Amino acid sequence: MTEKLHGYVEKLKQENADWVTDIKDELGEVTVIIPRAGIVDVCRFLRNSEGFDLLSDLCGADRGPEEEPRFEVNYHLFSTTHHDRLRLKVLLSEDDPTVSTVTSLWRTADWHERETYDLLGVKFEGHPDLRRILLPSDFDGHALRKDYPLRGYEPYSMN
Amino acid sequence: MGLENTVFESLPDILTVRLDAVVNWARKSSLWPATFGLACCAIEMMNTVSARNDLSRFGAETFRASPRQADVMIVSGRVSRKMAPVLRRIYDQMPEPKWVISMGACATSGGVFDNYAIVQGVDKIVPVDIYVPGCPPRPEMLVHAIMMLQQKIMKESVKDRQDTFEPESRESKVPGTLPVTEGTALERETEIEVAQHQISRPYTIPSRHEKRRSS
Amino acid sequence: MSTALKDIPSQFEVMDKPLESQMTLSMGPQHPSTHGVLRLDLRLDGELVVKTIPDIGYLHTGMEKLFEYKKYQQGIVITDRMDYLNPLGNNLAYVMAAEKLLQLEIPQRAQVIRVLTCELQRIASHLVWLGTHALDIGAMSVFFYCFRHREKILNLIEAASGGRMTPSYFRIGGLMMDLPAGFERRCKQFLDDFPEALSTFETLVTGNTIWQSRTQGVGVMERDEAISWGLTGPCLRGSGVDLDLRRDNPYTGYETYDFEIPVETDCDVWARFKVRMREMYESYKICRQALERLKPGPIKADAPKVVLPDRDDMRKHMDSLIHHFLIVAEGFNVPPGEVYMPIEASKGELGVYMKSNGGPKPERVHFRGPSFVNLSALPAMVEGEMIADVVAIIGSLDIVLGEIDR
Repeated sequence: MTEKLHGYVEKLKQENADWVTDIKDELGEVTVIIPRAGIVDVCRFLRNSEGFDLLSDLCGADRGPEEEPRFEVNYHLFSTTHHDRLRLKVLLSEDDPTVSTVTSLWRTADWHERETYDLLGVKFEGHPDLRRILLPSDFDGHALRKDYPLRGYEPYSMN
Repeated sequence: MGLENTVFESLPDILTVRLDAVVNWARKSSLWPATFGLACCAIEMMNTVSARNDLSRFGAETFRASPRQADVMIVSGRVSRKMAPVLRRIYDQMPEPKWVISMGACATSGGVFDNYAIVQGVDKIVPVDIYVPGCPPRPEMLVHAIMMLQQKIMKESVKDRQDTFEPESRESKVPGTLPVTEGTALERETEIEVAQHQISRPYTIPSRHEKRRSS
Repeated sequence: MSTALKDIPSQFEVMDKPLESQMTLSMGPQHPSTHGVLRLDLRLDGELVVKTIPDIGYLHTGMEKLFEYKKYQQGIVITDRMDYLNPLGNNLAYVMAAEKLLQLEIPQRAQVIRVLTCELQRIASHLVWLGTHALDIGAMSVFFYCFRHREKILNLIEAASGGRMTPSYFRIGGLMMDLPAGFERRCKQFLDDFPEALSTFETLVTGNTIWQSRTQGVGVMERDEAISWGLTGPCLRGSGVDLDLRRDNPYTGYETYDFEIPVETDCDVWARFKVRMREMYESYKICRQALERLKPGPIKADAPKVVLPDRDDMRKHMDSLIHHFLIVAEGFNVPPGEVYMPIEASKGELGVYMKSNGGPKPERVHFRGPSFVNLSALPAMVEGEMIADVVAIIGSLDIVLGEIDR
């Protein structure tokens, strides 16, 4: 079942060998780990040549403050023509959690990237309007990080 | 409102007892809620208004969108920290007499969500009259809450209800997101005003429970 | 936001050219027609909307953070509160993601009941959409009709699970409990009455010229733009894209049911309206087929370390008791891995990205809410429309703020 997805990865490797750092194949899903510099080119290739025209989801995850690299950003691609799904993953370290934006390719990435910035602190270069979307605009910190406590820092008071 | 108060304050207590019954009966029989549906409890509130459990037979004939025309604010749903100043503002915009029903576990005490984002109980922001537990409470429970509020209103005295002092409620600005003026020319003016007047005291309005007849 | 101050004309410009001024209006967060606590910053030129900036986050609950602190079974309760009009859909997505990580096989009866209850829930969600959409546009009586029929569905779900709007009916490995006695009879009675209700709605709403003129040509989103904005569900099908995850990425046995996917090519509010009306009929067909397939059998998977045993089994056998205690007190360990489980919820593609690191609590759970993505396309749809159309467009997107703000 995953041979078709591996076919796409092969085409990616043929196009440019250093686009693919690693491949994971488990539970019927294929994850491709892409280096940070090549994510926009990979996405453009997959969208234009392979038909992945819908960006289902763009989410970030925090692996924990002791892990290196700390953050990861997952791109879930979907195709309305051949109904296949592929996951791209970019690993980012804590000192420089920046990655280029893909809003030029899919307009839906706009809000997803804002949410990832808001909750995790991952910055997206070239984003037209990177500001907080879910948390209040004067909120301090990034709530979904592992070192942010569940209950927050102060009890709610309106001073 | 102001005329009633001046008349009642000048009359001795014995003459207002019968008036209390009539005025309270009028108030309890036409409690118009303000639409403050936030989350899942709002849908149960909509169920309470719809045909099977009909809330309008208890006097809550219409849900007014404008708080200026509403009597009771049914806070139904979880209040997040971004929404809290808005809640307080809507409460301030309601004229006296006003009551608050805190519907559901999230409004009463934070509910299932004990975390950074939810205010743990709406009574940290507004004074609450009736708490309704449940997640979400059944429509019959909300109807029972309205009935309990009606019994509570019957026990009130007319002199309890004082209008909130106008300049006070206008001055109380909350730090953080100010919904209406953010990003407009009005914000620039208010920023200059704030800088000139140095309003930096804590944001509290004495609730009506603290302002008794004697003060 | 700082560039916005330059665009506001000074008071002298307003006086010289009174008809050429723009006003910024904040619609919400307390507003009867925004379907929740949504705030829209509208830049208006008279009645025409020049630009709009949605401001969300007034219902942000931090659910994704809460999931990381709760065991897998405890997280099911939180998913109910996300899209609160379609709680069984949220439950299903979360539970199936966990089952995919655990590689469990779900028995046949549980799958059929899952399909039956999810389709009933889809009908209930579309009834709320129709009632509130019509209420916003001005047809008040449709609201009462829809909620009356929805009460019957809520009674059915309450009979099965105990909760009207927060059922938490599914468990990892199957269902919470089996259907009660008399459920099939009552469900059949509801399904017998439903086509007549649908035709009542058609008479009330679809043939109405006022409705047609308020919804046709409004809020147009062309096909390629819709895909680029990530729209899914009825919004995408109203723009001419034939995509439905129940048929294209099937799950829970949907590939064995016989139903059609309604697709319209008008790309406006009217098209989305027609898609949802027909979807209610298709869900009704699936419910009928599911009811016929109900056969007695187990409702929980055969995995004693994950699924709670039956109560009298627990009271009689020692190993069941130990398993029950361990599952409830410590939780079960899920093998490490990550999975993305998309389902077709009533609003679009609801995807759950679940990442596990081998412990009893997930490391990251992310919900791709369809309303979140659908609402991000609102500024593009609303440019050049009147204020009254904004209300119609928001209604046609069918947003639920619990899902957007999570």
